[in-house]
Amino acid sequence: MGRYVIRRLLQMVPVFLGTTFLIFAMVHVLGDPVAAMFGDRTPDPATAAAIRHDLGLDLPLWQQYLNYLGDIVQGDFGKAFNGQPVTELMGTAFPVTLKLTLVAIVFEAVIGVALGMISGLRPGGFADNGALAFTLLIISVPTFVTGYLLQYLLGVKWGVINVSVSSETGIGELLIPGLVVAGVSLAYVTRLTRTSVAENMRTDYLRTAVAKGLPRRRVVGVHLMRNSLIPVVTFVGADIGSLMAGAIITERIFNIHGVGFQLYNGVLRQNVQTVVGFVTVLVLVFLLANLLVDLLYAVLDPRIRYA
Amino acid sequence: MRGVTRVVCVVGAGSLLAGCGVAGGESRGGTDPNGVVRASWSDPQRPIEPGNTNEVQGGKVLGLITRGLTRYDPKTAESVNDLAESIETEDSRVWRIRLREGLRFSDGTPVTARSFTDAWNYTANITNKQVNAPFFQYVEGYADVHPADETARPRAKTMSGLKVTGPRTFEVRLTQRYATWAEGLGYQAFAPLPRLFFEDHAAWLRRPVGNGPYKVESYRRGKAMKLVADPAYRGPDKARNGGVELVVYTDPNTAYADLLAGNLDVADDIPAAQLPNAAADLGDRFVVRPAGIIQTVSFPFYDRAWRGARAAKVRRGISMAIDRDAITKRIFNGTRIPAKDWTSPVLGAKGGYDASVCGEVCSYDPKKARRLIEEGGGLPGGKLVLTSNVDTGSHRDWMDAVCHSVDKALGREHSCVVNPVGTFADYRTQVTDRKMTGPFRAGWQMDYPNIENFLSKLYYTDASSNDGGHSNPEFDRLIDQANAAPSAAAAVAGFKDAERILARDVPAIPLWYQNGSAGFSERVRDVALDPFSVPVYQAITVTR
Repeated sequence: MGRYVIRRLLQMVPVFLGTTFLIFAMVHVLGDPVAAMFGDRTPDPATAAAIRHDLGLDLPLWQQYLNYLGDIVQGDFGKAFNGQPVTELMGTAFPVTLKLTLVAIVFEAVIGVALGMISGLRPGGFADNGALAFTLLIISVPTFVTGYLLQYLLGVKWGVINVSVSSETGIGELLIPGLVVAGVSLAYVTRLTRTSVAENMRTDYLRTAVAKGLPRRRVVGVHLMRNSLIPVVTFVGADIGSLMAGAIITERIFNIHGVGFQLYNGVLRQNVQTVVGFVTVLVLVFLLANLLVDLLYAVLDPRIRYA
Repeated sequence: MRGVTRVVCVVGAGSLLAGCGVAGGESRGGTDPNGVVRASWSDPQRPIEPGNTNEVQGGKVLGLITRGLTRYDPKTAESVNDLAESIETEDSRVWRIRLREGLRFSDGTPVTARSFTDAWNYTANITNKQVNAPFFQYVEGYADVHPADETARPRAKTMSGLKVTGPRTFEVRLTQRYATWAEGLGYQAFAPLPRLFFEDHAAWLRRPVGNGPYKVESYRRGKAMKLVADPAYRGPDKARNGGVELVVYTDPNTAYADLLAGNLDVADDIPAAQLPNAAADLGDRFVVRPAGIIQTVSFPFYDRAWRGARAAKVRRGISMAIDRDAITKRIFNGTRIPAKDWTSPVLGAKGGYDASVCGEVCSYDPKKARRLIEEGGGLPGGKLVLTSNVDTGSHRDWMDAVCHSVDKALGREHSCVVNPVGTFADYRTQVTDRKMTGPFRAGWQMDYPNIENFLSKLYYTDASSNDGGHSNPEFDRLIDQANAAPSAAAAVAGFKDAERILARDVPAIPLWYQNGSAGFSERVRDVALDPFSVPVYQAITVTR
């Protein structure tokens, strides 16, 4: 187990270098960010050159990348164009998005698995068909529609929730945005759980457990659930990464100053430091989430052993 | 709260009497002088400092916390003396400035002549990398602190043209005659700065200190800024509310929703998608007024195909093929007004606006348009490629409409195609690298309300924002002549003569003037926009 973890961690190094270089190069291909700082006005060449020099943009790409790597090893992610250190931006954005992700994951896991279990235990029943219709609806409606709709109805029309999330970003304020973010994944979790449960209902070990005369609670709760959750865990684990990065639309709708919003701003302003910095951290999050999922397999399924 | 206000009034009965009378009278009508206005904001792109702020969001803050030599009347856009007691010149080249007595920054330090010259020298100096440095390019000695050569180091720390002649007086020597120079002094790049700015720059940026009606109470970058009315402010535009809280929104649609829900008092920049509903949603709480912004389509004169008399005919033809009335009505719901010259109606006749300058070139006449384009040898390359960034401002929508209009006039499908560029940054890079092959969008938001700002910065040979590379010696000569005029009024007349050349040349097609829009909540009153489409925060009153 220990050796397996070390091997996986070592594998992360080339993946990390490759992805950061790719994103670094890609932001560069977008073009020169300095021109936009002058608005519709033509940049003054001397000032533009001085700013470029200050940001290190006058060096060749490979040298910029090496400088950047050298800096981030020392914990320096550079500065955004408004003069704010990127680490400071991360310090405010990541906790916010993490909260949102947690809320979303809890919704996904609790509601998704519960719905999946109910419909999987009685395939073809009323609850199963209801869940099927419900998940179809959620999957087919885009996030921004659910987002704006809930915001308008609950926030503007009925005044039940705050339209925008305040800068303190309490968990309570994040319930509705979290639900919106969780929406599509929740539907997938329901589907996955349902299929997996329905399949495992017909397995030998389950029939054995029932034949042994175990109470139904134990049959379903331990034997069935534990084995049915493996694909779900994979999905939810991978989803942590994409939720951390991919809540751009929901974050903008509900005024959440999280990772998605910072990335959006960074791309719009072609702010290399912000975009590469955030993506670098996200790459780490993805890699670690994947490792965690793989380790969880072993916990759920004793047949899987890592050496 | 009411009681507290009264007590303050009695104690400060001396000089504050007039101000208290107003506040007291209104508090009976339900006004809360301590009420805080919650207003929408978005994250400024650059650090907030006079030399580095060139967009509206940072400008909002500077407009609240700084005051300059002159200011622009929020209603008429006229430039009037503010901190300056007098600004005098005999030859439009050497300007003598005298400040009013007893001026102070909100930290208590005095505003002196040096507060101005130090600030201007700081902004102009290349080592400080300030984007507004070119505003000082006509001051003598600018080339020494800001060499044009990208590799050269500055030869001086201060501009030789700035001379402090007393604690409240200084002299500015320009490199050329510039009759309308004083008209630009209300722009925020010319604001004075306290000693703190130079002694502890980082601290100043964390919490800017100025001399305006408000002072910064707290600033959480990227989230919110709280400003409180400065009780020591002595200017004519004292705050009529207790403070302003600027809240950063991720999206103007969210700000609008918050306004409807009553969680926000003032939302400026109503998103285009909401404009059709705004009047119904807000009723008389919806404000629209002309802003000093003109959208044009410029041409790449560095491309041979667009030069010469025949190409000028084609440009005129394209202009006449655009149905401005229909496009502004359908796409912008009347929040943009078809352009009739190259300036803006907010200037007023005195500032140089004249709706007759463009004439038939700006009117829709598809038959004549087609004839002109054919006489000019047809569209260069056989078709028109219209370029703009499409990440903001509904640019994609109006470009499609313009192309459709041109197609219809020429009776040929796909004679005009849109070349959308994903981000503003990329677009501006392509424009400044002179990569355009056809007409491209050129927006201009005035820095100060004068015709000079709309003409000499954009169409003079090698001017700072002459993206298309337009050059006409006759136009340049008239601009020079206007600059050398003995008075601002004579200069304006001269600039209008120069503008008539544009109607012949059509270096850029005027499309429409842009209006600023804002909505406000039932909690506040007296919300208006200034000619820069920024809410006049200090005039807003909060009801109890």
